[in-house]
Order: sequence, then structure tokens, then C-alpha cells
Amino acid sequence: MASNPYLPAMATIQEVIQETPNIMTFRVTFNDPGYKEKFTFEPGQVGQLSAFGIGESTFVINSSPTRMDYLQFSVMRTGEVTDKLHTLKAGDQIGVRAPLGNYFPYEDMKGKDIVFVGGGIGMAPLRTLLYYMLDNRKDYGKMTLLYGARTPVDMAYQYELPDWLERDDLDTHLTIDAEYEGWEHNVGLIPNVLLDIAPKPKNAVAVTCGPPIMIKFTVQALAKLGFKDDQIVTTLEKRMKCGVGICGRCNIGTSYVCQDGPVYTYEQLKALPNEM
Amino acid sequence: MAKFITSDKVYAWLEELGQKHEVLAPRNEGDSIVFKPYDSKKGFNIEREATAPPKKACFPQSETLVEFSHIKDLENPEKVALDVKETIPTSSWVVFGSRPCDARGFTMFDRVYLNGKHVDVYYKARRENTFFITLACEKGETTCFCNWVGSGPSDPTGSDVLMVPVDGGYFLEAVSERGESILDSSLLEDGGSKQADADKFRAEADQSMGEARDLSKAPAKLLEAFDDMDFWEAQSAKCLSCGACTYLCPTCYCFNITDESDGVKGERIRSWDNCMSNTFTLEASGHNPRPTKAHRLKNRVGHKFSYYPDLHDGVISCCGCGRCIKSCPVGVDIREIVLNAIAYEAKEKADG
Repeated sequence: MASNPYLPAMATIQEVIQETPNIMTFRVTFNDPGYKEKFTFEPGQVGQLSAFGIGESTFVINSSPTRMDYLQFSVMRTGEVTDKLHTLKAGDQIGVRAPLGNYFPYEDMKGKDIVFVGGGIGMAPLRTLLYYMLDNRKDYGKMTLLYGARTPVDMAYQYELPDWLERDDLDTHLTIDAEYEGWEHNVGLIPNVLLDIAPKPKNAVAVTCGPPIMIKFTVQALAKLGFKDDQIVTTLEKRMKCGVGICGRCNIGTSYVCQDGPVYTYEQLKALPNEM
Repeated sequence: MAKFITSDKVYAWLEELGQKHEVLAPRNEGDSIVFKPYDSKKGFNIEREATAPPKKACFPQSETLVEFSHIKDLENPEKVALDVKETIPTSSWVVFGSRPCDARGFTMFDRVYLNGKHVDVYYKARRENTFFITLACEKGETTCFCNWVGSGPSDPTGSDVLMVPVDGGYFLEAVSERGESILDSSLLEDGGSKQADADKFRAEADQSMGEARDLSKAPAKLLEAFDDMDFWEAQSAKCLSCGACTYLCPTCYCFNITDESDGVKGERIRSWDNCMSNTFTLEASGHNPRPTKAHRLKNRVGHKFSYYPDLHDGVISCCGCGRCIKSCPVGVDIREIVLNAIAYEAKEKADG
């Protein structure tokens, strides 16, 4: 981060990928070679992207710190800022304030089995950790991924799925909500499919992200499978502005999601006031 | 260092300070007293607490953070460069006639804006270059409760010079190192002989305050009542969500950031925000973690009397100025809410 936490660093969009009808991925590099060289982040940290003239919004850096050719952000079109971001193309300028927030406790996860459960755009924050771990594969035990979307068309990172399915160091399961012509994988809601896969809780950590309702039932399913609260990790979204714990809107009690989060264990969340 | 100024010389002193700094002083505007750039023709009014605090001195109601412009490449219209510049303020200011609660209010900002993981460079630039000449209060108003929150009517915390009314003028005491530079003026006399009068004034002011209520249980009790929405609906029943309390509060530091643009140029602006507004936490998906005024009032009171103290060594993020009580159109009294929370007993217990 620059010494002025509100000043975006200018970056150039290198590539734009239309992931789904409403999700676009941007691969960006910083313009200042010195800044680019020094820039580091941890898996799970977020950044604020600027659409100058409209505003900023927060997105996870979904590329891995082990692969620093570019920073990748996936943007679901939801409001004014994301509308504007969706008009950008390769070569365009973009402002980036990053890295912000905390990150996945990947050190504490060493030696453990990892269960990723991602729903829709919630796959983005898992993707950074997934690649971090694949690039440090020997540090982690069995790795299982369950990735679900409403339909195959709503599934981001489709061009990576064949590799994820094929790898023998990652047990990948895909699911969609309802039957769809040509779909060869699971059909059913994520929590139900998770119960079928039934990953073992012993010496394991589950990392989940997705729509609030999916997280709620996924946490229940994990509990049913024997996962304890401190074995469940999630990453939250809140309306944010400053991103540096000052502007005062993203707090849950004493915890500022932009700075103390967005990554929490379910145990930590339970200790906070109930205001999700 | 202690000095004395006769009442008639205060105007000349402000003129003199105005040569080096921008001076803000309270003056009448309609029925209100507000801090404005000092104008000798319009004078000042320090007879009572100003309607609005001098919050804007270090935290303007809106300020530009970044200026940007889109620069089109005439040879290649597809290519648009962006020029982005920060706009850190460089002036210096004197706030004259703030009250102890007003100056102390900024210390609540300091912990968050200066001493957190990230330094707010805009606030820092103003805070380090703003001098507070604070007037001790003679007695508390019915809405004043600075003594409940660890302060008092002549508390110098956050000030640079404390000004105490004495016979014929004001006793002036430097309470910070930089306050001494403010007192370096030929218009001021040695104040040693007025010290005893000033001490007496301060002691009587302390006496005038009612009994301070013990708020030490507030942080825990507010959390205990957190899930009881019946309690919070009762506390917020009168509230209109108008936000007057937040705008008039010396310690309310929340802000919004918005972009304004005009053609190829624009500014990123921060403005005071209002946690009582339903859009404060409204997410793009339509989800709102604080959907009703009861949720929002709970957060406002919770932040000041529970979360902030938990994060900052027990310091309550309220300076007891009473403006939110005085200016609330429907008579919401934050003191009552905190005391109700302290007296709160969980429903099961009350029923049983």
C-alpha cells in the first residue's frame, strides 16, 4: 500500500475474460515498474478497483501470490461501479488499492486435509488459495473441491475446470442446481452434494464462500459431517468504502471486515454480535 | 506558561492569529451558533456552546481526496490515459472558542485516523496544523454529561490553549507545546496573578455538574442486549433516522467516498456519512445487515459505548456535549438509552 491509503495505484488491464453472462475477470499489472516489483499480497486479501467518475468497489485478488505475472479480479455486475468496470477492455487504465484486509491462515492449514466449498462468484476467493496450495502441494494433505453454480453457464473459470477435474492431487466435484442438457457432473444444492461426498473432518479444514444462504447451509452440513467451528473458514462481504478500518461501516461489533476480515473462522464469527 | 488577555484585546489577538493561520470562531447564524472563518465585522459569540461543533476544522463536511482526469490520445482515440493526483491540505488553522468537549472529540478521531494500521494522511495534515484555543465552561447545561464520559467542563484534553474567564478578561494556559507558540503575542500579559481566580472558576464549574453516572458496565450490557430487538425497537421508537445526531456529533467520524465528474475531469470526495441512514450498510445485492432504525441506533450507541471502548482501553467515544440530545427533533436521549442498557435484564430472567 502507498503511504496515502486512499490513493489508487494505476494499473493497465492486460486481459479481460467474460466468465459468465454477468461475471468478468480482469488481469491487471501496475504501471510503475518499481511498485509492481515490490507489490506483495497474501491469499484472501482484497483490493479496491476504481472506475474513476463512478467510484470504487472491493474484490478479492483471486490470482495466487505464487503467480505474480498479473493480479486477477473477477467482477460480478451488480451496481453502478461494476456496470462501469464491465465496459473496460484490455489496454484500459484502472486504479487499484491493494492489498487490504487479512488472509487465509494457510500456515495453520499446513499438513491438513483441505475441503474447498465454493458457490457462484464465491469461487473467486477460493481460487487464490487453491492455486497457492497447488503451488505448495507437499505442504497440504488431501485436497477436495466442491464448486457449484446455478447452471453450467453461471460457472466461472470454465477454462480451468478440465485441469481441476483431471489432476490427481485435487478431488474436484462440480454441481448445478437443476438438470441441464449435456451436464455430466452432480446435480443438486451444494450442501446436499457435500453430504454425499462426505469429506472426513479429522485433521481437516473446510474453506467456504458463496451467497449467504449457501454458506449458512454449508456450515450446517459441515457440522453434520463432524467439522468443528474452528475447522470452518469463510470470507465475508460487506459494503466497504475506505478499506482501511476508518470509515466505519463494515463493522460487526468490534471487528472491521475490511481490516480484521474478510477471512474468519466460524468460531470467530460466532463470538461476534449476530449482525451479518 | 500562563497569560492573561483583557476582553477588549481578544479581537486584536484574533486578527493577529489570522495573519499566520486561518481562524475559525463561533458566531451567530440565524438562531444557531456555528464555527466560521473569523470576520472582524461579524465578531464572535462564545457565550454558550455552539450549535454545531468545530468538527469540520480537521474533518471537513466534504473534502477532495483525489483529482483525476482522463487524457485522450488524439492520434489514437481508443487510448485514454488517466492522471490521478492526491490533494493533501497544506494550510494551518486556529479554532477559537471551542469547548472542552469539542477539542476532546478529536482525540476519538486520533485513535482511529492516526494510530491505527493505516494513517489517514488528510486528517493528519489538518490535525497537526490545527490549534485549539478552548474556552472552559462556567457550568453544565441540562444536556451536558461530559463528566459521565471521563471529562469535565475545563478538561484541556485535545486542546492547545485553555482559556478561563476571569475578572476583566481570560486566563490563558498553554496545555501543549505548540500552544505556547500561540501565546507568544505582545497583546497578552503575564497571567500569574490570575491563576487563583482561574482555579476557582474551574472548581466551581466542576461543582456545577450533576452526579456522574457509572458507565463502566455499558460495553458488556450493550452486547448482552444485542439480540433483543424488542429492547432496541423500544429505544428507537421515536427516532426519525434523520441523522441530526451524527452530523452534530464531535466524535462521529464515519464517512462516505463518492466520485464527481464533469466531462473528462473529476474528483474523489469524502463526505460525512450518517449511520442512521438505511443506505449506510445497504449492499449491492439488496442485503442490508442493519435493515431497520432499531438496528442502526443499536450500532450507533454500541459503537460509542461498547465497541470503541473495547478497542481503545475503555475510552468511551462520546464527549458528552449533549448536542444529539439538544438537537434531536423528537427528544431521543442517548443517556437514557445507555442507562436502559445498563439496567437491562435478559427476558428469561425478567419473566422468571
